[in-house]
Parts: sequence; C-alpha cells; structure tokens
Amino acid sequence: MSLILKNVSVTTEKDGVILDDISFEFKPGRIYILIGRTTSGKTSLMRAIAGLLPIDSGEITMNGVDFDEKPIWERDVAVVYQQFINYPNKTVLQNVEFPLLRKGLKKSEAREVALASINKVGLSDYLDRKPSQLSGGQQQRVALARSLSRKSHIMLLDEPLMNLDYKLREQLRVEFKEIFNSQKDAVTIYATTEPPEALILGAEILVMHEGRIIQYGSPTEVYEQPQSTTVARVISDPPMSILPVSLAAGEIRFSDGYSQPIPAKMKNFKEGRYEVGIRANDIVSAKSGGEKGTISLVEVSGSETLVYVDTPAGEVVLQMEGIHDVKVGESISVELPGNRLFLFETNGALCVSPDSAGE
Amino acid sequence: MYKVLKATFITIWSLFVLFPIMWAITTSFKPESAVVNGATFIPFLEFQPSLIGWKAILPGPDSLTNLLTPTLNSFIVTAGATAISLIFGSLAAYGLSRFTYGWKNYSNADIIFFFVSQRIMPPVVLAIPFFLLLKELKLLDTHLGLILVLTSGLMPVVVWLMVDFFNALPREIDEMAMLEGCNPIQAFFRTILPLSKPGLTVAGMFCVIFGWNDVFFALTLTATKVLTLPVAVIALNGTVTPYWILAASTVFSIIPLVGLAFVIERFLSRGNLSGAVR
Repeated sequence: MSLILKNVSVTTEKDGVILDDISFEFKPGRIYILIGRTTSGKTSLMRAIAGLLPIDSGEITMNGVDFDEKPIWERDVAVVYQQFINYPNKTVLQNVEFPLLRKGLKKSEAREVALASINKVGLSDYLDRKPSQLSGGQQQRVALARSLSRKSHIMLLDEPLMNLDYKLREQLRVEFKEIFNSQKDAVTIYATTEPPEALILGAEILVMHEGRIIQYGSPTEVYEQPQSTTVARVISDPPMSILPVSLAAGEIRFSDGYSQPIPAKMKNFKEGRYEVGIRANDIVSAKSGGEKGTISLVEVSGSETLVYVDTPAGEVVLQMEGIHDVKVGESISVELPGNRLFLFETNGALCVSPDSAGE
Repeated sequence: MYKVLKATFITIWSLFVLFPIMWAITTSFKPESAVVNGATFIPFLEFQPSLIGWKAILPGPDSLTNLLTPTLNSFIVTAGATAISLIFGSLAAYGLSRFTYGWKNYSNADIIFFFVSQRIMPPVVLAIPFFLLLKELKLLDTHLGLILVLTSGLMPVVVWLMVDFFNALPREIDEMAMLEGCNPIQAFFRTILPLSKPGLTVAGMFCVIFGWNDVFFALTLTATKVLTLPVAVIALNGTVTPYWILAASTVFSIIPLVGLAFVIERFLSRGNLSGAVR
C-alpha cells in the first residue's frame, strides 16, 4: 500500500539528466516535503509520478500496480501546480465539480463536496464567476479546492503557495496540515524551495539536488545534520556561511590567516583542508578580535537584521535580533563560535555537526 | 488630426470597395428603362425601383429561373464540407499539437506540411482525376461527391489553422483534464474544444466562404443534377439575360455570406481566453 519508485531515471535531449536513478518508498498517510533549488528535479519527479513525464528506466508502482501500464487518467493523482490551472470556460463551481463528476460521483454528491471544498478556501461568494473574473490568489484557491476535494490516493503539490500573499499562505499552511492529516491513506508530496515552509509543515523531508535525492529524514535531522554542504545550503534560510579552512597544529586556519583554536569535537580529524559552515544566527559580532570584514549588504526584516559581511576568507552572513543601525561599507568583526561550526570535507561531506541548539 | 485622416481614409476605401456591390444592389431594383438609357444610381430620384429582377430569379409567375434549389444544394454542400473539415481537421490538429508522431526523420512538422501541400497543386490539375475517381465511386453528380472533393481542399487549411491555435492554448489545461480522469479524447471534447470557439470560427468561416464560392469543382463534377448557386448564377450570364436579373442573382448569392459575417463579427468580439493559466 505505498508508492514505490525504483531506479527512476529521465534524460531529455534538451535538459540532459533530469532524474538520476531515484529510488524511494512513499508510505500512505504521510506527508513528504521535496525541497531543493529550482531545476533540482522536484517538478520533474512529480510529473513522472503523475505520468506527464515518461520515464526512461526504472519503475513506479502504487499498491503493487505498475504505473507504466496505467495511463495518466487512471492513476488518480491530484496535482496543484505553482502556476494555477483552471478551466477558463467553466465557473468556479463547475471547475471544482468537474473532477468529482469524472470520478463517477452523482450530481448531488459532487455538488455537495464541491460546495464544502469551495467554502473551505473561502470562495462561497464567487460560485458563478469565471476564473478570469477572480484575482490571482482566488484563482489559486479554486485550483486548490479542485484538487483537495478529490481525495486522491496521491496528492502532489508543487509550490502551491508560491503565488499567494503572506496572510493567505499562513492560513493555508495551517489548513494543509489538517487536510493532509485527515487523509490517512493518501501519499502527499509537497515541493517547496523555502526551508521555513518545509520545517513548519513538519513532515519527512527529501532534499533534492540535480535530479537525485541527497538526503532524507525528519526536519530536525536534516536541519541539524545536513549530510553535505549542498543540503546545508538548501535547508538553511538565511543561508549558511561556508568558508574554506585548514586544520593544523590545533588551530582552524582561515584562508586569510585568521585562526582560532580547534573545538573539542574536531580534534580527532587529521590535518588538512576542510570547509566550515555556520548558520547566520550563530555568528556573533565582536568588539575586538575575530574575523574582520566590511559590510556589503544589510537586510532589515523587522524582528531581525541580516548583515552580509565580506571578509578576506569569504562571505559571511550574520543574523542579529532586532533592528540594528549598521551601514554598508562599515567594517565589522565577526566571531565564529567553535561549538557552532559544521565541518565538511572539501568534497562537501559532513564530518562534524554542532550539538543541538538546546545544549 | 490623425483621427480625421483615418476616418477619411476608411470612408474612401470603403466606398472604393463597396461601390461594385452598391451598383449591383441598385441595378437589381432597376426597371429596363433605368439600365438602357445611361447610368443611373439613386433610386426614387433617378429611377423608380421595381422588383422585376428579383421576381425573375425566385419561384412565381414571372420566374425566369428558380435559384432556390441551387441555394439549397449550395447550402448542403457547404455545410457538409465545413462540418467534416472542422470535425476531422480539428481532431487531427489536436493530435499534431499535443503528441509527437514520427517515422525515421519525419515528424509532426512534416505531417503538417504534407497536409498543407495538398493545396499547392492548382485545382485544374485535379479536375480529371477527381472526375474519374467520383465516376468509379458512383458519386458523380451527387452531394456527397462534391462534399468529399471540397473537404480534400478545405481540411488541410483547417488542420494548419487549428494546429497553430491549439499550440497557443496552454498544454496544462489538457494535462489537468487528464489528471482529473479524462482520456485524451474526452480532454479534447470537454476542455479544449469549448475553448477553441474563436479558432473554429475562423476556420469555419474559411470553409464556408470557399465552399460557398466554389465554382470549379461544382461545374466539372456536379453541374447537372446537383446545381450549386454559383454555377446557376454563371449559367444565367448569357447574352439574353437582362442586367437587372443578373444583378439580382449576384446580390442574392452573396446574402448568406454577408449575413454570416455579421453574426460572426458579434460572436468573435465576445471571445475570451484569459483565466486559464496565469
């Protein structure tokens, strides 16, 4: 009773390798978050599952049935795209009813389900409007209502909140959790580029990069133990600062000559070249000492201030609570606390992760 | 200033284009004296309108010829050829727009070219082959025969027009329809076809105009039992037929197309495709 992908690969003439030997078992009743940069293969993976992208090799099975033998229209996959799609010639109500009627529901049943679903997304006042008479956010909600009301066994959501305004996102995120959790026998796959969204939805996370699944685990696991610099970059928002260093004579030496003592956890590693990563909220601005640099960009979001610092060793991003009066061009010293550092091999593999935030 | 120039240009151009038609219309209401004694243009002022021209072409005591039967024939042939061309042409175009077909180096573009290439040959070349073909099929001088021949000329153009039209429709709509349980044929009829009214109208207009105006095939293949309107009008064009009857018959033969143009102009201005995909 699960969706199993076995060695699924897709290569096209135009884009090269899109999906690279993906094997994974999606279990029903769970939510899976696909996270990755654009072009990492999230959308392609979903299209492959839905049947819109023919796969070159490997197999996809659902409950033991080979999807290769099932055409798109028999797979019962509900999809919400980032750019929402509605039938322009049908009204809101007809749009939502359409898939229900195709599924074989009676007219009255379909209407009832459709009305409930439309009500859920708050469009009850617009039943007879055509999609072109609605705003972008409303159109997306029609598309959502249409897909969510179907109760399909596979639900694919491809950055469904991308085009919505902030308030509606918050509201729908909460509703998603409810809707997903209420569908006990459905596999839900949710793609996003935004780490906070992935972490908030609190489901299993699959990190995708260049057509492969490079890490799989719970949000905490992926966040605290990113297996490579790529994962660390994808899952960290604000971005993790990653700097080349070398370990020698009990010191971490940065490329510009600045050095600090090796923290206890890294003592066992042999000397040589490595990369260290540190999250923005772990970096501290220092009065004296530390790595010196000039501020290249300041982003104030209200509750916090992000400061991008150009240091001779590389760019460092530091997050400060509250609004700070720092200006571009000023020089600043930053301290990189040793117990908060991630250590990576030069090929990107994780060596040491810091202790959990609580400790 | 620009507006004035534009209005002037449009007025002059319309007069230029419409003048022959206006002349035909006035002539169709002229009595004999108004035609033979030099040119006259303005009814009631220069001549007293009469209906003798119109009475001659419609059934009645003064009838010279009856154009109603040819009109019916033209109607059947045009409607038949248009319907077949639109139905099968748009299905073919949908396939060519959404799926890839191929054999060796040949692909969709070549198939479309093959369709359009049917129009490269001048119809004259085809007259004798078509004649022999229809004779073998026992379809000579029948409605169906002429419908099939016309379809062979109209359908390529429908395919060509509709492929472009379908390409402009977002693919996501039929993908969504298929995800929601429609097979490709259902997706086409339930979601794509309702959106294609503007394209089908243009293609249909083309078919109707060319089907209605066709003289060549109607004359060569079905000129006796299934007489179409253009052939009937041309048949009138002898030395003995007075000008007012000729004028009435030509005006009569363009009425359906003019009427259609007005209906479609209304319809097209309402066409709207927005709201499918943002």
